[in-house]
Amino acid sequence: MSQFVRFTIDGTECMASKGQFIVEAAKENGIYIPTLCNYPGIKPKGGCRICTVRVNGKLMTACTTPVAEGMNIENDVKDIRELRKSIVELLLVEGNHFCPACEKSGNCELQALAYRFQIMVPRFPFQFPIRKVDASNPKIIKDQNRCIQCKRCIRAIKDEKGRSIFAYRKRSSSVEVVVDKKLGKQLTDELAQKAMDVCPVGSILVKEKGFIIPIGERKYDKKPIGSDIENMSVSKI
Amino acid sequence: MGQKITIEPVTRVEGHGKVTIHLNNEGNIEQTRLHIVEFRGFERFVLGRPFWEMPVLVQRLCGICPVSHHLAAAKALDMIVGAGDGNDLTPTGEKMRRLMHYGQIFQSHTLHFFHLASPDLLFGIDADPVKRNVINIAAVNKDLAVQAVMMRKYGQEVIQATAGKKIHGTGAIPGGINKHLSDEERDFLIGGDDYMNIDKMIEWSQASVEFSKDYHKQHKDIIDGFIEFPSSYLSLVRKDGALDLYHGVLRAVDSDGKKILHDVDYREYYKYIDEEVRSWSYMKFPYLKEFGKKTGWYTVGPLARLNTIDFIDTPLAQKEFEVFRKYSNGKPSNRPMHHHWARLIEILHSAEKIKMLLNDPDLMEGELVTKGTKQDEGVGLIEAPRGTLFHHYKIDDNDQVVMANLIVSTTNNNQPMNEAVNQVAVKIMTGKSEITEGMMNAVEVAIRAYDPCLSCATHALGQMPLELTLYDANNNIIDRKIK
Repeated sequence: MSQFVRFTIDGTECMASKGQFIVEAAKENGIYIPTLCNYPGIKPKGGCRICTVRVNGKLMTACTTPVAEGMNIENDVKDIRELRKSIVELLLVEGNHFCPACEKSGNCELQALAYRFQIMVPRFPFQFPIRKVDASNPKIIKDQNRCIQCKRCIRAIKDEKGRSIFAYRKRSSSVEVVVDKKLGKQLTDELAQKAMDVCPVGSILVKEKGFIIPIGERKYDKKPIGSDIENMSVSKI
Repeated sequence: MGQKITIEPVTRVEGHGKVTIHLNNEGNIEQTRLHIVEFRGFERFVLGRPFWEMPVLVQRLCGICPVSHHLAAAKALDMIVGAGDGNDLTPTGEKMRRLMHYGQIFQSHTLHFFHLASPDLLFGIDADPVKRNVINIAAVNKDLAVQAVMMRKYGQEVIQATAGKKIHGTGAIPGGINKHLSDEERDFLIGGDDYMNIDKMIEWSQASVEFSKDYHKQHKDIIDGFIEFPSSYLSLVRKDGALDLYHGVLRAVDSDGKKILHDVDYREYYKYIDEEVRSWSYMKFPYLKEFGKKTGWYTVGPLARLNTIDFIDTPLAQKEFEVFRKYSNGKPSNRPMHHHWARLIEILHSAEKIKMLLNDPDLMEGELVTKGTKQDEGVGLIEAPRGTLFHHYKIDDNDQVVMANLIVSTTNNNQPMNEAVNQVAVKIMTGKSEITEGMMNAVEVAIRAYDPCLSCATHALGQMPLELTLYDANNNIIDRKIK
């Protein structure tokens, strides 16, 4: 039988299983903590820092920090909102995210977070990096213009032997996520679709499937990201 | 000493244009040019993108007629995914696209005529610009203004129901469409409250044609006498010669109505049409190869369409077409201001077509997409509101675009617009050394008969101001006005 712990998020009394990560524990209590590199079913990484919360006065990533008895967690507070917004803005200017022609528009988590944080124009200068589109795989396209290096594909898309089909290449600011040339040939239709679904942005695209979902039926067309978690329909963030 | 006049920027024309007028030593017009001086480069930056992005990406060329680009690109991609040249789509796929297109023609023509061109007609070319605008139409003729706004709104609603958004939607995909028309959407468009129903739109469209005919009777000087010059005309026509704004074969006639391009397959347009680059404008000059660069130019758009077709397959518009054709003794009309008359007949035709489609059950159910053997090249043509629009793409083995050629409607009208501007200049500026407001607007009226938007044609950012500069024979500026 699991052991329960009690904690507060922004003063609200919460309860969850001991050892649960704060993001999941908050979700069970109807509280949305934004995430981007985190994905259900894969090991959390704490890479993007969007889920940053203040635990007992100290900033921590909610996707990698387990809840503990008596924790005082600050989530929806001004400085943390501002921090999260800045991260989204930095991601938007760092790559080439042209939503108008992107087939992931409406289903894109980065775009949905930008809407949720009411980002009209980023405060930072666009970098307009020169990046390539790798379309050599017969099933998918890897568009480096839109990759945010969250590693969700590397962690989630594996062959039957458990080997990652996607991998990091190069280092530091030149780092890019690529399709492994050999393993990529084994990509099935099902895995290709899963890779596209796992990608929070429009960096992994299944060939010839673009724009098949009409406007109005896309994931974030009618409700903001996180609203499925929150009991309230109106965003607090 | 010769002189040169330049007009920039053009109001109520989107994009950016500049008109220069050179006078000779006798004060006569020696040369007039409409320069398009901005550059967008869509043909270049789509390279490397996956082909199925094209309908959504290239429609960003324009905010008034995105649907035309959306559909022309989709038609080109139909060929690439093996869905034929537009004839092999599923009934739902083709009819939903047609509905989207007629909605587009309806709203764009309404905007063009009522919002942008009618102030010139109603208040006079020389009227004070403070009064010569759509706001003043609302002040002096509220009913007409309401009608214009609601007609445009209706067209936009049709687009939203088929493309998902009023501007820059995603409905057409290679090989078909991504949605059916819902019961709610159909019921709203057939019988919405107040003005928002198709019968009211047909009634207003008929009234608009009547309005134009009445105006014509009273202002023959403007509609018939303002500009007139011989031109060839080019458009798609249905195989049986009917007006078809979505699909057909390419036909061209000369100024006497003699066929000079005989209903050819548009997929081979490059055998018949080429584009000339001139150093002074970013907008190319297309021409029919058979007749060469000098005489092979042609006009496209509503006037061209009504000059090339044999009939219209909707009864109310056909009746008006007969009146139109009879007025020019069964021959093509060579008067550019008749573009507006033809435009209003096409509004009526579109409304009739929308009504027919809304009552067609194929829109509500059936297969959305068809695909066949893939190929690496596709050509898509459509009759956009301003005229024939060409999209041509080639892809590589990885599905990336390696070649794009877009011949936009306004580009097709480049030479005729230059001819029209020249004729206006000769008429009103010969011997003048100062540019007046009336002169500037007369030049704009000539451009506006063809097109209120030059931005798409140069692939130009921003709105279009017009600059008019007058030069003497030694290339010295003697007057310059900018709007």
